[in-house]
Amino acid sequence: MAGAAGGSRLLFATLRHLLLAAGAVIMLAPFILMLSLSLKSPAEIFAADWHLLPQTWHASENYLAAFSKQPLARYLLNGFLVTFAIFACQMLAAVPCAYALAKLRWRGRETVFALVLLGLLIPHQVTAIPLYIGMWKLGILNTYAAVILPSTISVFGIFLLRQFFKTVPDDLIHAARLDGLGEFAIVWRIMLPTAMPALLAFGLLSFVWNWNEFFWPLIVVQSERYATPPLGVLFFNNAEAGTNYGLLMAAAVVVNAPLIVAFLLAQRRFIEGVTMTGLK
Amino acid sequence: MPETSPPLDPFAAPARGRRAKVPLAERLAGWLLAGPALTLMWLMLLGPALAVLALSFTDWTFGSPQIGWAGATNYRELMADRVFWISLQNTLTYVAFVVPVSVAIGLGVALLIEAGGGLQGLYRAIYFLPVTSTLLAMALVFAFAFHPSIGIITRVLSAVGIPTTDWLKNPHTALFALASIGIWQAIGLNMVLFLAGLKAIPRDLYEAAAVDGADGAFERFRRVTWPMLGPATLFVVTITAVRSFQVFDTVAVLTEGGPNKATNVLLYQMYQEGFSFLRSAYAAAITVVFLGFVLLLTLLQVKLQERWTHYA
Repeated sequence: MAGAAGGSRLLFATLRHLLLAAGAVIMLAPFILMLSLSLKSPAEIFAADWHLLPQTWHASENYLAAFSKQPLARYLLNGFLVTFAIFACQMLAAVPCAYALAKLRWRGRETVFALVLLGLLIPHQVTAIPLYIGMWKLGILNTYAAVILPSTISVFGIFLLRQFFKTVPDDLIHAARLDGLGEFAIVWRIMLPTAMPALLAFGLLSFVWNWNEFFWPLIVVQSERYATPPLGVLFFNNAEAGTNYGLLMAAAVVVNAPLIVAFLLAQRRFIEGVTMTGLK
Repeated sequence: MPETSPPLDPFAAPARGRRAKVPLAERLAGWLLAGPALTLMWLMLLGPALAVLALSFTDWTFGSPQIGWAGATNYRELMADRVFWISLQNTLTYVAFVVPVSVAIGLGVALLIEAGGGLQGLYRAIYFLPVTSTLLAMALVFAFAFHPSIGIITRVLSAVGIPTTDWLKNPHTALFALASIGIWQAIGLNMVLFLAGLKAIPRDLYEAAAVDGADGAFERFRRVTWPMLGPATLFVVTITAVRSFQVFDTVAVLTEGGPNKATNVLLYQMYQEGFSFLRSAYAAAITVVFLGFVLLLTLLQVKLQERWTHYA
């Protein structure tokens, strides 16, 4: 009996690993293909036989061309600049608001929180036409401001931080008030440090979403100067359409790299952040 | 059981201050601290959402000096627009394909990972990786994989003797090729949400089921896991449906709505009408339809959730 049970357990464990590993290969295949192609010469990519590793290495040519044929460094810089500015604004607005919603008693709090919940239901593409018209009137289309402004508010961030602040004991705030701290000081000197884990999760998500955001930059950015990484990839694709896959894949690897590094560094936080809300 | 249950009303004031009058300073601080966020929310989100609704009842085209009330003209035009119906049907087909497949695979992966036996962290990381990748760049990798002569998918399929086609240029397969990219990216998110749902199931329920004679993995799943996962499943289905409804990136970079409108989806039509043809008011009407469907999905979730908590 015991032998049979042990045998079936072993069988299940083997089957589990086989299934999960097979799936994992499929999930990773696009990344592997992307890397493999970015190392190959055009001749080898179009050759009849296929090898995972290049027969003749063409990596330096592809990656150097990716940075010289298009301003790839500029796209990356724009990506960091835009995501950083967005997160800074989101945080400056969301932290005090989340504190007021979680810990202060004021008339209108329920209404404001209801508006936050309502905001969570509205996909950001819905606002595109009016925002585009507004920015056209202001004459700021095709600028950094145009890319950044719509994302300066994150109802998701307010919601996430509010839930977190709810768990902070009131005594901490009472003690700070007795020490003579004003509400503004409490937000930045007491609440902010305690909220670091939630803020880190929010920061990672905000970075990934805004790095990958394509719809809005496609609408407001016309020039390479303000192009974000996905838009840069589109410019590459338009310029090299279907001919120079090695170069295109090198650009794709470069654009994905910061995200994959960020994910691998803080994987647990990242997944926690997503699980907390499951949004976007 | 915890000794004191948390207050049901999230806004219930702490017991200590329930009767005391809230000091003016605190009430003022509430508005001051929430003020910037509230202003931005109106400017960037709620205001524009209302504006798009208002705009959809006008005749405005981008750059035109005058704007006039048009009643339901845009909506009547939509109803008669063949392309709109194709877009709507394509979007619904896309959602109907991505949601069940990615939810089922996400659940299967979560169950297999949670069953124990090692490498949990590694598998979770690998399956989640596509969620964080730049979809636009990965779409180009898929485009290569789907390439009719040198693509890896074509090579593998023809090696085992399955007929292939130019997946992205064939009107019968293009939408499903895009959907397979959507599934690839959605699995990881669904998996982690199911993992969280599985962790929330109390261990003693399984023991109780074992006492009742529920032996074997399948019986345990049928009698404990699946019923307990109900609310989580509903949530995952809704999230995936809402996200799939927003499909745009892959269409814009790979097919531009073609071939012959076979992959024209709602958001892509909105983008074309609004930003290529500059028919702002007409595009606003498409946006309102899009928003209507998204809100309907959420409403459906809330209604079903209520029924669940009634019977559970």
